[in-house]
Amino acid sequence: MSNAGDDIADAEVPEDVDIPEDIEPEGADSEIEKGAKEVPHGLPLRVEGLRKEFGGITAVDGASFEVEEGSLTGLIGPNGAGKSTTFNCITGVHEPTAGDVYFRGEEVTGLRPHEIAQRGLVRTFQIARQLDEMTVLENVMLAPGGQKGESITRSVVPGLRGQVVTQERDLREEAWETLEFFELDHLATEYAGNLSGGQRKLLELARALMTDPDVMLLDEPFAGVNPTLEEKLLDRIHDLREQGLTFLLVEHDMDLIMENCEHVIVMHQGRVLDEGPPEQIQNNEEVIEAYLGGNV
Amino acid sequence: MSESTTRDVLDPLRNLFAYDAAKVTVMFLGIWALFYAFGTQLGYGNTGLLALVRRVTFLSAVYGIVVLALNIQWGYAGLFNIGVAGFMAVGAYTVAMLSSSPTGAPPGLGLPLPIGIIGGMLAATLVGLVAALPALRLKADYLAIVTVALSEIIRIFYNTPAFADITGGASGFDNLPTNPVNALLLQDPTNTVSEPTAVGEVVFSFFSSFGVERFVAIPTVYTVGVLVALLVVYLVLERTGKSPYGRVLKAIREDETAAQSLGKDTQNFKVRAFALGCGLMGLAGILWFAMGPRASITPVTFRPNITFYIFIALIIGGAGSNMGSVLGGALFASLLFEAPPVVRNIITNAFEVSADPANLIEALVPIASGELMPLAGFLLNNIDTLRFMGMGLLLVVLVQRRPDGLLGARKETAAGVSLAADTRPGHSNAAAENGGDDDE
Repeated sequence: MSNAGDDIADAEVPEDVDIPEDIEPEGADSEIEKGAKEVPHGLPLRVEGLRKEFGGITAVDGASFEVEEGSLTGLIGPNGAGKSTTFNCITGVHEPTAGDVYFRGEEVTGLRPHEIAQRGLVRTFQIARQLDEMTVLENVMLAPGGQKGESITRSVVPGLRGQVVTQERDLREEAWETLEFFELDHLATEYAGNLSGGQRKLLELARALMTDPDVMLLDEPFAGVNPTLEEKLLDRIHDLREQGLTFLLVEHDMDLIMENCEHVIVMHQGRVLDEGPPEQIQNNEEVIEAYLGGNV
Repeated sequence: MSESTTRDVLDPLRNLFAYDAAKVTVMFLGIWALFYAFGTQLGYGNTGLLALVRRVTFLSAVYGIVVLALNIQWGYAGLFNIGVAGFMAVGAYTVAMLSSSPTGAPPGLGLPLPIGIIGGMLAATLVGLVAALPALRLKADYLAIVTVALSEIIRIFYNTPAFADITGGASGFDNLPTNPVNALLLQDPTNTVSEPTAVGEVVFSFFSSFGVERFVAIPTVYTVGVLVALLVVYLVLERTGKSPYGRVLKAIREDETAAQSLGKDTQNFKVRAFALGCGLMGLAGILWFAMGPRASITPVTFRPNITFYIFIALIIGGAGSNMGSVLGGALFASLLFEAPPVVRNIITNAFEVSADPANLIEALVPIASGELMPLAGFLLNNIDTLRFMGMGLLLVVLVQRRPDGLLGARKETAAGVSLAADTRPGHSNAAAENGGDDDE
């Protein structure tokens, strides 16, 4: 990350690096994005025979599923079905005991969380992980990748700091826009620890979005969120889908999943019980039984 | 129009200096005034007064440097390094080994001082990395255990008779490198009364016009140099903190998993922060112990208690704030460390405190018969020891009442630009767009 050679190269040809994305007019920017999304190399996400044991407990027991390009896929299941563990295995928080995870056709099993996130597979957490003693704006500005100022040399050396400040200025603008999109702009200078539960969820989503992700895994983004805010969050998610993002969503609220997702995966006792369009899931006796606790 | 243009030009400067510089200036002026008053109370002349003020300033400045170094590790990244003394020892010993004269005992390599200083900082960094690379992968507690153990291993290594030929063993590294100020001001740097150089001529005549002797002038010049070093270290760490790098460090402190899930290689950030901090601790060790007025490199100097003083200083100032670190270091060094013995001298000069009980019981028993003098005498005689109890008390009170330190300044935002509300695009105040930005 902090490569002296890079530093010098950047100093001499500042136009030549990756900032142009931020500087160039909107049109060019979105064209690049579209280009990237029109030629997807492989499925956004494929999980094969995923297995995770904690001591004697098998939390995930051979789960396999796929997430379609540009979809909003719901992952449901009763408590203890292994949804969160699956998420953790996909995003590198846990290393799976067995099985493979493919992101855009490439195997990402066992990579470290930051490596997976850097590839564009970004997650949010069930319990929002806002950074309490940082302001909302700082939280959001933390996220983007490729920040020049993450090199100590560039941040400190007088001749080089200029680039950092320039990039920070662009980033700040982008951060304000993102906060406006999530209607958090009035809280920008507030400490994240002072936000309400729902606002924290919004912030988490805003922050994840600032990494410019390709696929987002949302772990119960609506838990503890009031209906009005839930609507707002859903609207945002649908907006982002139209821009080409793919979502995998863990959620307990069946109605919400059935109304919003075009594809639903049901997990039960660590396995995929059924998957398909909402209508199919709704009429599956096994699923109903699992949710009513018939065979636990 | 012209008025707003001036504001545009001056605002960054104001933001950089107005607030922080004012605080530090006021604090140092306050400390100097206090000790000047102490000195006059004791009837010191100009030489004595300057010596007293100089001593406090020097200690404040070296504390400032090492507290700043700890702040980037603990205050920013939450890395609990309790081996500060060890890293200072490595810096001080290495510079002595590299730059001391080959003819002294123990012999040095006689390399130029700048090379020695860089070598000392690098050695401290390397030793830090050896400890940190395995320990940083584990939880914070393990880093604490590893660092405190390493610090003791370092001290015992320097203490052992087995390597006394190289390290000087328990009696310390007596053959110190030449003080750069001596080299600058004197023709024979080893002899304080030798002929001055051209620069020395000017400096000494300046000091003697105030009636200040040469043996105080030399350490004063050195102290000014340490103050400059403090300023440089402060600026480096301030820029490091107020950057995307510092932002990631803060995120690691708050929630490492969250930072990782946003694509930050937290391990890499922690290692760099730890290395930077250790290097600067090495520098502090060099400036403090390898040369200058307090120069003395002995293993006893680097016992863990010095680490705890530095933690107390950082907690006083407020972990997470560079300015707080400087203030905390200076306040600790002056008011808690240097002031009590001076106050004792003043009191014993002004009042007849002749009572000299041998222990606390002898001091307390006479109270029953209405005599307070023995207790007062006992407290004054033991003030050197008692001040550490005071520090402990202060720490307890601070952690309970002001857990964020006196300045409560964990709340400084970490960014290369201002993150105030008026930085919002399209905000009416156009000047604010550039106003809050750091210098470039």
